[in-house]
Amino acid sequence: MKRKIIDFIIEKIIFLCGILAVVFVILIFGFLLKEGFSFFKDFGVIKFILGKFWYPTSEPAQFGILPLIVGSIYVTFGACVIAVPLGVMAALYISEIAPKGLRDILKSCVELMAAVPSVVIGFVGMVTLVPIVKNLFNVPTGLTAFTGSIMLAFMAMPTIVTISEDAIRSVPWSYKEGAFALGATKWQTMRRIVLKAAMPGIIAAIMLGIGRVIGETMAVMMITGNAAHIPDSIFEPVRTMTATVAAEMGETVKGGMHYRSLFAIGLVLFLITFSVNFTADLFLGKKKGK
Amino acid sequence: MKKIILLYSLFSIFCSLSFIACSRPAQNGAKGQSIQIKGSDTIVNLVQVWAERFVENKPDLNIGVTGGGSGTGFAALFNNTCNIAMSSREIEEKEKVIAEGKNIEPVEFKVGLDGLAILVHKDNPVDKLTISQLRDIFMAKITNWKELGGKDLKIVILSRESNSGTHMFFKEHVIRNGDKTSKDEFSVHSLLMPSSQAIYDEVLQNPNALGYAGMGFINNQVKAVSVAVDENSQYVYPTSDNVLSGKYPVSRPLYLYTNGLPQGLTKDFINYALSEEGQKIVLETDFVPIITINPSEIQEIHET
Repeated sequence: MKRKIIDFIIEKIIFLCGILAVVFVILIFGFLLKEGFSFFKDFGVIKFILGKFWYPTSEPAQFGILPLIVGSIYVTFGACVIAVPLGVMAALYISEIAPKGLRDILKSCVELMAAVPSVVIGFVGMVTLVPIVKNLFNVPTGLTAFTGSIMLAFMAMPTIVTISEDAIRSVPWSYKEGAFALGATKWQTMRRIVLKAAMPGIIAAIMLGIGRVIGETMAVMMITGNAAHIPDSIFEPVRTMTATVAAEMGETVKGGMHYRSLFAIGLVLFLITFSVNFTADLFLGKKKGK
Repeated sequence: MKKIILLYSLFSIFCSLSFIACSRPAQNGAKGQSIQIKGSDTIVNLVQVWAERFVENKPDLNIGVTGGGSGTGFAALFNNTCNIAMSSREIEEKEKVIAEGKNIEPVEFKVGLDGLAILVHKDNPVDKLTISQLRDIFMAKITNWKELGGKDLKIVILSRESNSGTHMFFKEHVIRNGDKTSKDEFSVHSLLMPSSQAIYDEVLQNPNALGYAGMGFINNQVKAVSVAVDENSQYVYPTSDNVLSGKYPVSRPLYLYTNGLPQGLTKDFINYALSEEGQKIVLETDFVPIITINPSEIQEIHET
């Protein structure tokens, strides 16, 4: 009888924990919606999304977040171009080629990389990478979208490597045996069989990596220069949505126009990450259905 | 199983410890033994030193000083999360209206002066600028150092974030040149840096850069340019004397704001800041005192 009671209690506690996550997401979304929509009502969605000027403290204030959206996209895209090939290949090496001893060392190193706080990454980037980028590409300043992309690639790498590695490792051994039996070389097997079979997992890994990059704040605030104009190239300073919210939230008066505009940015950011995750899920579901 | 129990007990000890740690300042607050001060990054170091000296030999006092920008300080004052707001600009009309709506009555205390240094890389040959040249640079009408007699390099404009009192002051007094009806803005190409330190760091290593920061940032690693009101007037280098005499054009007062006339500890603290000892600290931290520091007597408050 006692065991049953314990069972019952534990079950309910676990249920509560599970449901709590959902409740939190709904609450956060609801709050963003409430503040964001009241802003849209006063200012207009189109003017907000397509406006080219972000002067929130001027008279009259201008809240155009197009430069911020473009800034976020530049940094994220750059980080993906760097982190995805590196990450997937690193995962392939760790799970398929590396000898046992090396594999363990590499795995723990990659996991350690995930533990570096983003402010530390930002600081290291500011001191080391910024002057290098400036001199190497001969640009007026090293505080550019490209610099941010490199540092963010570092932050997305651990996510991409660990999850892809799990996916690659869970490809059944019999697939590989079959390929080898047909006379395929190791590279052919990896490329045609292992990577293909692990693809849903790898895509999930990439999506999670992108999610981390879009949401990253501290490092980008320190090294992308924060100039709110639409950049012509990746070697110009940009201002991201996250850095804007972080830099300006402290100054705003609760309930003011500026305060609500930052929530509206939060809402846009939420919708972007949500759609990234959603497409990943759709893609995964399709693959599994086959 | 033992391990789990051990871990669990460690966890609960940690939790209770942190709970105790968190609840202590609240108790102090209830006794009126703590002050929260928030606002301008420009004077956060100065106020920090005041706070340290003020609480010396008074172990039960607790003064928290945090930066974030003048706007942050006012917001905190209105939201009742601080006792004193520090600011490097006067309160705006817009903010007064908000304060009224929240039943807050801001009271102003002028506690010092600050000259805003225009910093460039130490190898930059340009060493003097007029206000209108500065204005053109920050609005991206002048984009190359060549136009100012420097090398053929693109100018990188460094500004503070919009929550900074320094940003507002610079916008009003340099870019808009004191004209309240002007709608001129910082160029979209200006880099908004999160702190004065970040501006200093970038100027230190970038020959293209031009930025502004408090006079405390001047040293032999970076160069401060002399500034003139217009071409016909004298170029003035930012020194304490030039700021106090009003010759240096880019200078401003520093303020503390309280909600209503200060009482108790807050009052003591502000009196301390305005005392001779407090004003000496102003000088020590590279700002300009509002009273002439005289070892024997305190003179009349200097009007500028």
